[in-house]
Amino acid sequence: MNLFTLLEMAADAMGDRVTISHGEHDLTYAELLVAARRAAARVRAAGATRLAYLAVNGPAAPVALFGAALAGVPYVPVNYRLTDTEIAALLARIPGALLVSDTVAGAGAVAGITPAELLAAGAELAGDAPDDERGIAVELFTSGTTGAPKAAILRHDNLMSYILGSVDFMGAEADDASIVTVPPYHVAGISAVLSSVYAGRRMVQLPAFDPADWLALAARHRISNGFLVPTMLQRIVEHLGDTRPDLPALRALAYGGGRMPPAIVERAMALLPQVDFTNAYGLTETSSTIALLDPDDHRAACAASDPALRARLGSVGRALPTVEIAIRDEAGVPLPAGAAGLVFVRGDQVAGEYHGLGSLLDGDGWFATRDRGWLDDAGYLFLDGRADDVIVRGGENISPGEIEAVLAEHPDVRDVAVVAVPDEQWGEGVGAAVVLCAGSAVSAEALQALVRARLRSSRVPQLVRFVDALPYNETGKLLRRVVREQLGG
Amino acid sequence: MSVQYKAGAKLVSTVCDGQILVLRVPAVPVDLRIGGAPVVLASAAGDKTAIDPALSGGIQTGKRYTDEAETMEFLCTKGGAGTISVDGTALGIKAAKALPSSD
Repeated sequence: MNLFTLLEMAADAMGDRVTISHGEHDLTYAELLVAARRAAARVRAAGATRLAYLAVNGPAAPVALFGAALAGVPYVPVNYRLTDTEIAALLARIPGALLVSDTVAGAGAVAGITPAELLAAGAELAGDAPDDERGIAVELFTSGTTGAPKAAILRHDNLMSYILGSVDFMGAEADDASIVTVPPYHVAGISAVLSSVYAGRRMVQLPAFDPADWLALAARHRISNGFLVPTMLQRIVEHLGDTRPDLPALRALAYGGGRMPPAIVERAMALLPQVDFTNAYGLTETSSTIALLDPDDHRAACAASDPALRARLGSVGRALPTVEIAIRDEAGVPLPAGAAGLVFVRGDQVAGEYHGLGSLLDGDGWFATRDRGWLDDAGYLFLDGRADDVIVRGGENISPGEIEAVLAEHPDVRDVAVVAVPDEQWGEGVGAAVVLCAGSAVSAEALQALVRARLRSSRVPQLVRFVDALPYNETGKLLRRVVREQLGG
Repeated sequence: MSVQYKAGAKLVSTVCDGQILVLRVPAVPVDLRIGGAPVVLASAAGDKTAIDPALSGGIQTGKRYTDEAETMEFLCTKGGAGTISVDGTALGIKAAKALPSSD
């Protein structure tokens, strides 16, 4: 299978429909197909073995994604926010690539071309896309929050399985439009292109997120759909204050990519009562979404008085019909509902593969996400941080998530991260970096007392440090490694 | 005429505009037809012949077709007037739960 099929189907069935709006420019499905054929011809002419993309989101990103598929080479979007040194290190790992960038010229074994040159008129590669069994569609460098970035491999079969299993062909209304704010190097940026093209939903690209710009663009383009990482939704909610925005066309917002405080979701639902909210949980290695908390789940949780049902607003929902999720203990033994452990996932969309490491799927096809979590008796998944973030204090496993949840309830606490700090007696101890609300003052002792009152004494942070802000990457992922370094870990 | 197909194969009808992509097939040869006539590889497409009126319900772009036991699955990449059949039995549209957009 080959992703190019998705674009061919869309161009054949709705060639005149607009697929991409960027600034004042529109591109139809028929034009996207031609542009992708030209991009593929340029890949072939350069003899390139990969098509890399190092730029902000623009029409050239979907063109490169589909052009690479037609040419039969992997598409490799690279994070343009990295330092020059980091970018050079990643480019050294993709020799033979043709690099689309307006800031970095090709160097060494990597040839260069600008986004405008990629989109310029030229020869088209005719014919069918190759159907290599296990052909690689995308190589994505993970964000490297815990170490050097790994190059995750997503095959055509994985991504096709995700799209065919979760998106209705031409399921969108002709005037639907989705605002795309996630960068092209994030897996949600890839799935946004594939889902939108297959659904027939116009993409309106916003290359640099700003809450006021997002609201203005959503109004101007009569946006119906959107996806946001948690920090983006939080900033929109904070920007709005108590003012409901005038966005009559907006019907659905999905969010995911990190921990989302339920209080922010409730605020967003109150500000946008006509909008269907969906929480999407997925990983790069799983070709995006594997579990959904759907709009009905959101409304039921908000309206519920039963604490167990209400808590579901903090869950990431249930597995897609095409995906299985299981919880296992450290020894790999399956755990029953209610028991916390490691989250495993299985399904055709699950790639679980890296360059240099091979497939990390076990013999039965299960992938260890390295996320911790538990399922309730109806199959709703609750996440509890990364396995690597667990604090091991004298042999006792302590999840930062439960301590963070308690501290976050304090009215003066705006944001908090709990990490391991070195401890001579216990090996590791509990440290907390706390951001207070503007104008607030609260003592470390008061926060320690709060945790002691709600959780066990072993959970009480021995170190509380007040900081101006926590380190997040641009897609809203908390950089715990940096917090640990700041607290002396 | 039974043929062993493989996933990823692109097949076209010889009686209508219909085209399908093989998503999943059993590891045995099957007699795969659209509109009553055997399908051919996209690269071998030629003139169209007459459709079997009994197999003229049609297929729609974007729908997936499967047998009752779901041992096989085909994606319609281009709609046509013929119905897909395997070993004489017409295939139906695979029912899929509607999911909210998460992208």
